[in-house]
Amino acid sequence: MADLVQTLITALAIGSLYALIALGYTMVYGILKFINFAHSDIVVLGAWISYTLSSKLLPRLGLDPHNPVTPPPIWVAAVVLILSMIICGLIGFVIERLAYKPLRRAPRLNVLITAIGVSLLLQNLGQLNFMFGASPQKMPALLPGWEIATLTFSDGESARSVVINLVDTVIFATSATLMLLLQYLVFRTKLGTAMRAVSFNPDNAALLGIPVDRVVSFTFVLGSALAAAAGFLYVMKYPGMNQPAHTIWVLLGLKAFVAAVIGGIGNVRGAVLGGFVIAFVEQFGAFYISSNYRDVYVFALLIVILLVRPTGLLGSPLREKV
Amino acid sequence: MAKSLNARIHSMVWMAVISAVVGLSGCQQNGGDADEILIGHFGSLTGSEATFGKSTDNGIILAVEEINATGGIRGKKVRLITYDDKGEAREAGTAVTRLITKDQVVAVLGEVASGLSLAGAPVCQENGIPMISPSSTNPKVTQVGDMIFRVCFIDPFQGSVCAKFAREHEGLKAAKAAILTDQASPYSVGLQEEFEKAFVALGGTVVSKQTYQGGDQDFSAQLTAIRGEAPDILFVPGYYTDVGNIALQAEKLQLKVPMLGGDGWDSSKLGEIAGKAIDGCFYSNHYSHEDPNPRVQEFIRKYNEKHSQTPDGLAALGYDAARILFEAMKRTESLKGADLAAELSKTKDFDGVTGKISINEERNAVKPAVILQMKDGKPSYVSTIQP
Repeated sequence: MADLVQTLITALAIGSLYALIALGYTMVYGILKFINFAHSDIVVLGAWISYTLSSKLLPRLGLDPHNPVTPPPIWVAAVVLILSMIICGLIGFVIERLAYKPLRRAPRLNVLITAIGVSLLLQNLGQLNFMFGASPQKMPALLPGWEIATLTFSDGESARSVVINLVDTVIFATSATLMLLLQYLVFRTKLGTAMRAVSFNPDNAALLGIPVDRVVSFTFVLGSALAAAAGFLYVMKYPGMNQPAHTIWVLLGLKAFVAAVIGGIGNVRGAVLGGFVIAFVEQFGAFYISSNYRDVYVFALLIVILLVRPTGLLGSPLREKV
Repeated sequence: MAKSLNARIHSMVWMAVISAVVGLSGCQQNGGDADEILIGHFGSLTGSEATFGKSTDNGIILAVEEINATGGIRGKKVRLITYDDKGEAREAGTAVTRLITKDQVVAVLGEVASGLSLAGAPVCQENGIPMISPSSTNPKVTQVGDMIFRVCFIDPFQGSVCAKFAREHEGLKAAKAAILTDQASPYSVGLQEEFEKAFVALGGTVVSKQTYQGGDQDFSAQLTAIRGEAPDILFVPGYYTDVGNIALQAEKLQLKVPMLGGDGWDSSKLGEIAGKAIDGCFYSNHYSHEDPNPRVQEFIRKYNEKHSQTPDGLAALGYDAARILFEAMKRTESLKGADLAAELSKTKDFDGVTGKISINEERNAVKPAVILQMKDGKPSYVSTIQP
């Protein structure tokens, strides 16, 4: 029982991260109908910008940036999170303007290849010494190591406890807040209506006076900011950060992409659902079957979904236009 | 449409082939001046195992400086060329190819990680250039062929050292062991097999076997499963970045079991990443900087002067590997691959920083191992185990 609850908590925390990243893939796909392969690199940027900011900020507060003895005040985490979201949002804006906008009328394959190019560029730029360097770093703990709750389960003779840490709680709460805000934005505001209109048909939307380019830019900013938040939360949970071009980051992005596809790419709620579904499959598979195949479960699920429901769990069935 | 695309792809392929041929033929000039001897080193100067490559390179640089200060080899200076393989197998193969075909080195030193040595070794073997791995412990490395040597012990020994220590050390006396292996690393898998064999032979039981992939960030599923089995010791034969992350998460999950590992832990980064979470854990290594032996202390002093840090085991092995190579070069007139290899295999009772080194018929070194314990983020000496 204790193990079940522990696995459940981990799956919820990781699922919220996958969902946050998947939202970026799905929003861009929804509007421009292409897969932004550079999205996972924005997550990496978010993580490493958070690291750089905290290693600059903590010494000013008189704290050791590597292993702060006393946890810094809670506002430091908030400042780092918001700043890295803003910076990544700007980077997302610039990338869209420089790399994708000139290709708005080009065949979709060209844009896709450009996205891969941008991804490689970001990875390798990040490795340079004046950026983040090519060595792993330790993210300082910005959140106090509080234990929110301790659940004790006794199964006959031995009792085992499950600790719910502040980090997991913060990850879940921050992601949930951001996702609810996005939900409100997309379905309840004028801007959201414009986004959905562009997604439906960009030419018609333009005819109706919707500034398509501005909506597209905004989508990129939004997706990149969410990715930055995911990057920040990720290194809060896993402070031993791998270097920017490590394949593990690509895998993280790939899984989030799978989440978007499983949920139904282009569908905002589907991305969230997909994020949690693959986190559960991955965590429970790794725990109850074997940790050897934790990535296999995710991609096997993708194959099954593509066979059974090619448009994803919440995707609307594709109607061929005649 | 399809046809024109095909034609375009064809012409692109041809252009790639032509430029590759032209590029290769343009590279045949080097080989060094007549009055210097070129040796190559490939190592992970960046990436998750960056300290491995840097330490080894620092050790080699020190050895090269020493030999040049004493007049080189028969009047010829030794020059070292180092390439970064970023800790990736495909880069390792490319780096070695470049060292041999472009720079035309007479011998290659490297790698630390067994998986990367296994990528570089076939290239050396094919070209007949001797390669000495300072610290790859997987037995398969030297089985690649008669050009491949190493100056460290191998995993069957290291695995049994760890198992013996876990079973017999006062305060451990472990009966139940759990194992967490990096399934993508030949080093980790090899060490896990040997540990398991030895641990079971000594009367222990392995209660849980879990795996991860190098670079993974989340180990909670594996650690939760391990916690359920309540082992006395957790054997983690991985590399330091992953081990640091594992220790941090084990602490979060309140898995209070001492961890034990191999020489892949040997990096100052381990304590930096894991902090207090790794304190009290053990690992087997090639040498301890607390060894009072004057040879060791002199090496530490010189290394400290040159690189202003305390050398880890990999630096010591890099130093020993280079010096064994220079000794062999001094003994033979010809620096041709086969002659140099023949001379290397005659190395006997070489007084290295990491112990007395003799190369056996399998081109492996036979030498003792030490067990270190992490205290306040730094390794401290516990015991020496003889082969």
